[in-house]
Amino acid sequence: MMNHTTIGAIVRGDREVFPPYLYEAYQSTRRRAPTLPLIDVPLTLSELTGPGPTISAITPEDADLTRNAGTGGEAIGQRIIVTGWVLDERGQTVPNTLLEIWQANAAGRYLHKRDQWPGPLDPNFLGIGRCLTNEEGIYRFLTIRPGAYPWKNHPNAWRPAHIHFSVFGPSMLSRLVTQMYFPDDPLHPIDPIMQSVPTEGARHRLIAAYDHTVTEPEWALGYRWNIVVRGAYATPFESPEGGQ
Amino acid sequence: MNTFLLTASQTVGPFFSPCMLREGACRNVLVQPETSGERIRIEGHVFDGDRIPVPDAMVEIWQANTHGRYNHAADQGPAPLDPTFSGFGRSGTEDDGKYWFETIRPGPVPFDSERMQAPHICVTVFSRGLLNHLVTRLYFEDEPNNARDPVLQCVPADRRATLLARREPGSEPIVYRFDIIMQGADETAFFNL
Repeated sequence: MMNHTTIGAIVRGDREVFPPYLYEAYQSTRRRAPTLPLIDVPLTLSELTGPGPTISAITPEDADLTRNAGTGGEAIGQRIIVTGWVLDERGQTVPNTLLEIWQANAAGRYLHKRDQWPGPLDPNFLGIGRCLTNEEGIYRFLTIRPGAYPWKNHPNAWRPAHIHFSVFGPSMLSRLVTQMYFPDDPLHPIDPIMQSVPTEGARHRLIAAYDHTVTEPEWALGYRWNIVVRGAYATPFESPEGGQ
Repeated sequence: MNTFLLTASQTVGPFFSPCMLREGACRNVLVQPETSGERIRIEGHVFDGDRIPVPDAMVEIWQANTHGRYNHAADQGPAPLDPTFSGFGRSGTEDDGKYWFETIRPGPVPFDSERMQAPHICVTVFSRGLLNHLVTRLYFEDEPNNARDPVLQCVPADRRATLLARREPGSEPIVYRFDIIMQGADETAFFNL
């Protein structure tokens, strides 16, 4: 069990939402967190623009992780639908933006050379997917529920089940990489990565909700998870004459 | 006005590469044969606080085209678009921490109605152990307008050099070296974005 959670001083943006860079309970932060203050800069065209859906053609199959291994077989596990809006803080939906996801298989194993714990691999599951939000800003993936898996952060450490999400949104300000968790998971309170998020409310917003209206009969359980990214709202940078 | 609370950031962890660096998602080469502009190669290493290379990082870049125009609806400036240049790049790091891009030198983009920014490339770093991504800018050491760049002037003078890419003598095409130091002596100046 973790028994110390020293929290570093350097936080990006909103202190209620974003984790500190240094969070000692998550050991990998210790040599990778910056130690000098982040620099406040004005927002310019460089920050208020950003990569659009510039990644090469997305196909509908890319959003079906149960079949996109291309083996003709189907991934083992509880089939789930994960869907929701991508919004900004003013509630504006973000259409046509790229989401990329990756996850462990139902047994908690990643198809990756650095994941060598003795959980079984599934030949029909790559654990990677991508899609664009539609015109209403809604994304939707079909996948299987990932398993928890051990890691070496501390003795008997296990990551709660999660799906990694990468989101672009409309500008450099909206770029977000995060993790979606599942409700009622007893590993949440002892996971230093999730607990690095500073407030209960912000942690809660990383947890998908079971939604029976998303569930499809005789097919898949439904989860709803909305993603809120920072909008491209410039704080006007005053001219030097205005004393900024 | 702000009615929706932001989603928190979490680390990319160690296992992102099959998704984020797969063919078609990884983009080291931003140029096509028809792309306008001076070809340059950006090369560097990502180091941790012990100056150990970081082999499992991902570096993304975003830049204007050779005319100083971003390929984005929010840039309504008069400079022409280049349909062969998106301005987005993504590289993994190799075992020795190295990342690289083949791109073009960006043109200057406006700061406000009166001032221009010095040519620069927006740089974002992700890795295991980063609970939030890191954001910074690459400037070119041989660019005379750096001294007047309003964003670079926000960086304390003794840290500005960490944002200057160094031109490799005699390289053809031109190579600019830009190391990213996550922590410690010569720590790269990162932005609060």
